[in-house]
Parts: sequence; C-alpha cells; structure tokens
Amino acid sequence: MIPLPGKTIAEKIFSNHSGTDARAGDIVVADVDFVMGQDGTTPLAIRALANMGVTEVFDPEKVAVVMDHSSPSPLEGVSALHTMMREFGKQTGCTVYDVGEGVCHQLIPEKGHVVPGDLMVGCDSHTCTYGALNVFSTGVGSTDGAAAMASGKLWFKVPDTMKVTYEGALQPGVFSKDLILYLAGQIGVDGATYEAIEFHGPVIDELSVEARMTISNMAIEVGAKAGLMKADAKTLQWFEGRGEKTPNPQDPDPDAAYARELTIDASAIGPQVAKPHAVDNVSPIEEVEGTPIAEGVLGTCTNGRLEDLAIAASILKGRRVHPDVRFIVAPASRQILLDAIAAGYIQTLVEAGAALVTPGCGPCVGTHNGVPSDGENVISTANRNFKGRMGNSNAFIYLGSPATVAASVIEARITDPRKYFAG
Amino acid sequence: MKFTGTAHKYGRDIDTDVIIPARYLNTSDPFELAKHCMEDLDAGFVSKVEPGDILVADENFGCGSSREHAPISIKAAGVSVVIAKSFARIFYRNAINTGLPIMEAPEAVDGISDGDRVSVDADAGTITNETTGVTYTAQPFPPFIKDIIEKGGLIEAVKEKLGA
Repeated sequence: MIPLPGKTIAEKIFSNHSGTDARAGDIVVADVDFVMGQDGTTPLAIRALANMGVTEVFDPEKVAVVMDHSSPSPLEGVSALHTMMREFGKQTGCTVYDVGEGVCHQLIPEKGHVVPGDLMVGCDSHTCTYGALNVFSTGVGSTDGAAAMASGKLWFKVPDTMKVTYEGALQPGVFSKDLILYLAGQIGVDGATYEAIEFHGPVIDELSVEARMTISNMAIEVGAKAGLMKADAKTLQWFEGRGEKTPNPQDPDPDAAYARELTIDASAIGPQVAKPHAVDNVSPIEEVEGTPIAEGVLGTCTNGRLEDLAIAASILKGRRVHPDVRFIVAPASRQILLDAIAAGYIQTLVEAGAALVTPGCGPCVGTHNGVPSDGENVISTANRNFKGRMGNSNAFIYLGSPATVAASVIEARITDPRKYFAG
Repeated sequence: MKFTGTAHKYGRDIDTDVIIPARYLNTSDPFELAKHCMEDLDAGFVSKVEPGDILVADENFGCGSSREHAPISIKAAGVSVVIAKSFARIFYRNAINTGLPIMEAPEAVDGISDGDRVSVDADAGTITNETTGVTYTAQPFPPFIKDIIEKGGLIEAVKEKLGA
C-alpha cells in the first residue's frame, strides 16, 4: 500500500474538528470553536435564527457579535440593527462588543477567543485574518453563520492548499502589506479561489505577529478560503495572558501535498500600490508616485494595529499633514488606542494633523467617517479598493502600507516612504 | 427548474460592493436592498430588469465581502438565475443558502450577448440562447442543492425538515 502523503495545516485542523482523516476535496461536518458576526451581517443571522425558531446559541462562550462597520451609528436604520444585536446578546448570553471596542478581526484574537489549532467562522470575509495565528478561520454568509451559532457545526469542503514561500529579506521601508499586495498582483483576485494558502519562509518568520496578520487578512483578496501560517514562539508569546484556552499548534507535515507552490524573492520587492478599482491592479510605487491625493486612511483590520500606528508616527513626528489632505486614523481596537496613547503615537499623529475616529472599521466600508468626494483620490491602508467601496463610486482608492500612506499625506501625493528609512 | 428571460451581461470580478454597496446595509428588507442592486456598476440595472431576467458575467462573480445581501438583492430585483464563468467561494454558498439559482457555464457566457433572450433548464443542465439558437451544457444542480433552492433557501429547507 502506498502511504498517504503528509497533511497541510488545513487538513490537520479539519481532521481534528471532524473526527475524520480529512484530505483536500473531502466534504466534512466539523465542530467550530467560535462564531462571530458584525453589524452588517449579524442582523440577517439573527433573523435567520428567529425564522428557524432557534432562541439559543450552541454555546454563549463561543459566539460574539461586534458593532464595528457603522460604529457609532450614523443612521436610524443602523441604530435599530445595533439595538437588535444588543438584545440578541441579552437573550443568548453571547459576547457583545459594542461601539468603541474595535474591529471584529482585532478583537477576536486580542480577547483570546481563538488560539492556534482552532477552527472558526465569521460573518465577514476578512475572518481569514487569524490564519496568521494558526487558526483555520474563514468568512461565511449570515445563513451559514446562523447555522453555526445554532449547532456549533458547519459543513466544509477541505480546501487544496497553495504554498507561498517568501525568501530573502525585506528592504527598509517595505512591509508585510507590500508582500501581500505583490502576491495579489502576481496571481490575481481569483488566483487562489476555493484554496487555502500557507505562507512560509524566512521573511514570514522574521515578521511580527501583527505584521503577519496583515498578510492573512488579505488572503480573501486573491479568493482564498484561508491564509495560514505556522505558530512559532512569537505566536505563542502573543497569546500569553489573553485568556484561558490552550493553544494546539498545527504544523504542516514535511511531506504535505500542496496543489501548487510559489516562491517569491522578497528582497526584490519595493513598496507596492494597488490602483483603482481592483486589488490585483498592483504597481511598484515608482509607477504611481506623484498621483495627487485628497484623503489618507490609516487603520482597518488590515493595518490598524499598534505597529502600524508606530510606523506612521515615526514618519509624521515633527512633520505636518499637507493642508489639502484629510488624514483619518482609526485604531483597530480600544486596547490599541490605549497602547498608542501610552506610547505617544496618538499625540504625534494628531499634532501632525490627523483626524482620530472611533476604533472600528473607520471609513473603509463607506458607511461613515470620511466618504470621499467625486473625483477624489484616496490612499488607504485598507484591503479593498473596489468602485464605491468608501461610499462614493466616483472616487478612486489606492492601497498601500502604513508607511506609504504616512509619507503620502505629508506631500498630498503618492510618495515612496523609503526616503524616511534610508540609513 | 426552468427560467426564460433577457440576458444582462457584465464583466469579470463583479464584487459584492458593487452588487450592493455597504451604505445600503442599514436594512435587511430584500426589496429595499433590490432598489440599489448593481447601482455603482450600472445605475440603470434595476429599472431594466424584468422579472425572470438572467444575469450573465465572466469569472469570479461575487468576489469580496461575505454580505448575503448581495444574492438577496439580486433575487429580489427579479433575476431568476446567474450564469457566470466562475463564482467567488463565499458568494457561491450564500446564493444557494438564500435560494438564488447560479450556474457555472463558461461557454454559455461566451455565447451570450447583452440583451439576448436566454432559456435555462437547470434540471437538464442546458442553457439555450434563443436569439442565436445555440444550446450549451452546464452542470445540473445536485439534488440537495436543487432542494434548497426550490424551497427558497437553507432556512426554509431546514424549517421544513424540522417540521416534518
């Protein structure tokens, strides 16, 4: 008998959660460790549960709902949906993260709701963020979310895995955001549809846990179901003091079977920018330098963490945001805001001219907090630049790293940040 | 399941933000959502769709956000079936769960132009362009998916099972 090949991270986590020898292509029913919804999607899940006659969740400790997309509420309709979520929390006993707590994808790992080796689903496409923490986490719709909230189970197709290895080392002024934008430019917005990605290599090993989350966050932007990484000493240290759950890290086997393998020389990558209106419309920054901008955004589940605020503050220290630019800063969580206040980053950014908004999704989804005007260009640390994404289909969104955004808001044009990192 | 209608054809990577922008997610009423369906891509979409019409698109239809409001708004706008070369993963599941028929049929997409009359037999897996007279084959729905779509979505299907 020919022995089966080893397993990928995805195959191991699905095996552990389905009680089967799960292999790519298998359909399994798996136990989920956590279910999350946000204020755009939870109302439909609550309605679905009510429609099924379900009044309880499978385990209140394993369900959370987060008000982050339109928070604080800008409209009566949203206020009613928020009220519905608060009442759902009281009715079921699940955790409710209310206005000001932050973005769901920061809160779920920050509060220790998931640990390495877990399987979770969230009613938000960027749920793939926690892949950086060795959690198989994926976005689902509200109906699937409701089914998981009710039963603690969901059916999955175990995905094939694409292995992406970043060799070399990052140049000064180049960050994890540039690595994932570069990949999107290479493989396209449907380059990994239905697949999981595993990210490996010395460049990933060197990155902080926060910087790794930026990469996994954008796995969905190439169509992937998950963007997974190994849990190393840094990962385990990051989880210390974040709750009671015990990590159960899952490394891929050395002989795991990958559908495809791609190796990228990170040393050759400079700052990258995604141009309107697609995330794979990526150019080296040299090709878009000088493009005028009217708004800059620092924040979101992609780049609203402490390290991102620190990078921007290091560039803006003693400098001014250009008078023709609005610079909006949205820390990803209350804790990050507190840490950034303690470290002086908020002082630096606000003195430089930033407009600080409530921890949450900020202007990324176009519900509030900085809708651009017709014809305006925006440079943002977010993950999507679709037409109309920020609330105006006649605006143009460019995506880059926190360093690129900080450098650009000083000059009111897209600017290569490497000059701030020379020597 | 059989559908006949006029084809409304779009390109690749039609994302859920243009299908239903987040600024309209302050309601979960299907018909309120339908008023803004595809608005940022084609402001005339809602007014030109007749009940039963067919949405045709290239690769990766429904990419981006997980919002279930996207298939809900398409269905409530009157679209009977979406035919695309491929679908984004989350949208594919959401469409079935909300009872919106979808078919992957790359050759049919290439053979259909905007405004053509198209008929679909989802059980047989055939798509006929009535304007050109050409018939294409597509994968028919597997029985359990057909069951969910016929009942109007996963919730209705589960309710019926629970009640039985």
